[in-house]
Amino acid sequence: MQAHYGYKDGSGDYFIIIDTDKCNGCGKCVNACPYGVLELIEDEFDIEGGLMAAVTEEQRKKIKYSCGPCKPVSGERRLPCVLACEPKAITHSW
Amino acid sequence: MSEKSREFWRWREYRYTMPDMDWHDTKVVTAGVDIGSVGSKAVVMLDGELYSFAAMRTGGESEETAIKVMNWALEETELKTENVPYVVGTGYGRVNVPFAKRTITEIACHARGAHYIYGPTVRTVLDIGGQDCKAIRCDEKGKVMSFLMNDKCAAGTGRGLEVFADLIRVPIEELGKTSLDVEDEPPPVSNTCVIFAKAESLALLRQGLSREKVAAAYHLAMVNRIIDLLTRVGIEKDFVVTGGVAKNTGIVSRLERNLGIKPLEPKLDPILAGAMGAALFAKALYEKEIGLR
Amino acid sequence: MITAGVDIGAKYAKIVLLEDAKNILANANGIVGFDILKSATEVFQKALDNTSLKRDQIVHVVATGMGRKAIHMKPPINAGEIVPEVIADAKGAYHLIPTVKTVIDVGAEEGRGVKVGENGKVRDFVINERCAAGAGTFMETMARALEVGVEDMGPLALKSTKAIPMNAQCCVFAESEVVTLIHSKTSKEDISKAIHDAMAGRIASMVLRVGVEKDVALIGGVARNPGFLPPLKKELNTEILVPEHPQYVGALGAALLALEMEAK
Repeated sequence: MQAHYGYKDGSGDYFIIIDTDKCNGCGKCVNACPYGVLELIEDEFDIEGGLMAAVTEEQRKKIKYSCGPCKPVSGERRLPCVLACEPKAITHSW
Repeated sequence: MSEKSREFWRWREYRYTMPDMDWHDTKVVTAGVDIGSVGSKAVVMLDGELYSFAAMRTGGESEETAIKVMNWALEETELKTENVPYVVGTGYGRVNVPFAKRTITEIACHARGAHYIYGPTVRTVLDIGGQDCKAIRCDEKGKVMSFLMNDKCAAGTGRGLEVFADLIRVPIEELGKTSLDVEDEPPPVSNTCVIFAKAESLALLRQGLSREKVAAAYHLAMVNRIIDLLTRVGIEKDFVVTGGVAKNTGIVSRLERNLGIKPLEPKLDPILAGAMGAALFAKALYEKEIGLR
Repeated sequence: MITAGVDIGAKYAKIVLLEDAKNILANANGIVGFDILKSATEVFQKALDNTSLKRDQIVHVVATGMGRKAIHMKPPINAGEIVPEVIADAKGAYHLIPTVKTVIDVGAEEGRGVKVGENGKVRDFVINERCAAGAGTFMETMARALEVGVEDMGPLALKSTKAIPMNAQCCVFAESEVVTLIHSKTSKEDISKAIHDAMAGRIASMVLRVGVEKDVALIGGVARNPGFLPPLKKELNTEILVPEHPQYVGALGAALLALEMEAK
């Protein structure tokens, strides 16, 4: 499943997309994020499912701002959550 | 949400019990309770078949509303809440359903419910409520393949339409029809943000554009935005539109025109989709618990 | 040599008349109406009237701001050049505060963060636009919901010490949240502080994308709100300087650029 967390507003599209088929629930992204954007939750989509990474409910409305410091306007962009994810389950839309 | 805009949204409270069903000869009785920001719904199912339901406004206390809506759904059935062994809570206030054994996100419940209401050919579900917009793509079993939910921004939600209805002084129920009362479709309003789009609309009205034309421009901008969101999760036939905004013909007909896909007509009230999905999840969870599967 | 800078913002037009990059002869502002050229002309005339100067005594006019195109090469103002806001911001702020490295400009509809380099040139910038939650419009809308004047918002916020988080990140939803807070008997002081904290948080995250290097200056109409500065300082963990007339910095920068262009 492609889980899109975030929003579209007048200024642009801001989604963190988690591929739950790739996510192994290891939680490395949760520890890597300096701003507490991510958490591990029980997979509610599949009653047999285990843990999966997700954007916290509180952060879903403000990732444009919370993720801002990791996205400098110029210079190399290294997103800690994306780099920490071994199965490459995390992408950002912006 | 202010009292005034709540009234504007006009939510019909009602209940119904299937007359030819009897819970006495049922293996599994389950229920789903969906506490939304505007309305709360309870659905009771017998062996996974819709039996009884109720929909009412969400009051100030979600917990009280949850108890009320469940009691109302059970009113003519002689069942009591304690006779329903497995209840799943969903929706914005899902943690406030005191008798629920488990909560499940509204996205999963909505997809499962839409699958039940519209049948297994449904692939894309668009739900536009008073304060959010969801786009879900699912497979033939109602399992979610891709989803997004936008509850950050008022643009593209019922609230965005309310603000506009206020501006041009047209009742919200007639807004969609008003927007279709134009000969040619004007270009869309250029701002997405409701605050800026409202100012832009006001400027268009002052330039002498008719209310209908400005309404068309506003609706078209909203539809373009919705299509952007749908494209993100992927649009596949069959396509359904649920939520309060499904009643706005100005939105639905423009979606149909610009996507080139006609949304399916529902057999049951789509407002119940979330609660139905929750009741179906409750059945699966209960059967697992008692060792039936 | 006298030059002029005209900054046509989303809400106000601001004009600065400048002599030899030293003396500000006049400044004036007025609301931008439906007809941008007409509004700008009125404000321009107001500035001229303050000095008894005539249009032809001003050798060069540079325009900036969202409405800058409306006066480009159009009489009677006849702005010879137009420049983006961030360039004018950097120039104006550098002139007033030569040690400035970061400029934060919060106007009616846009927020901007500018990294300033040598001679007041732009090194990097970030803009938040097309969403009312990140600019002065947010404060105005919240003031209406709170039923107070927008100029009273800051003083109210300064009276509160509570930290109430605001959940809504959208201007429209925040309006409802404010109404709910009023109904739950939260004081106007506490609500106003919550509004300022929320907005300062958004502006701070935006500025972090260009990096915060001292000295930091806050300009634009919102800089006149005393309640906005403390939470912004706290969020960015730095001192922030506010020039005397922060709303005129962009226009001043445009007037300085006009002089530079004339000198070439």
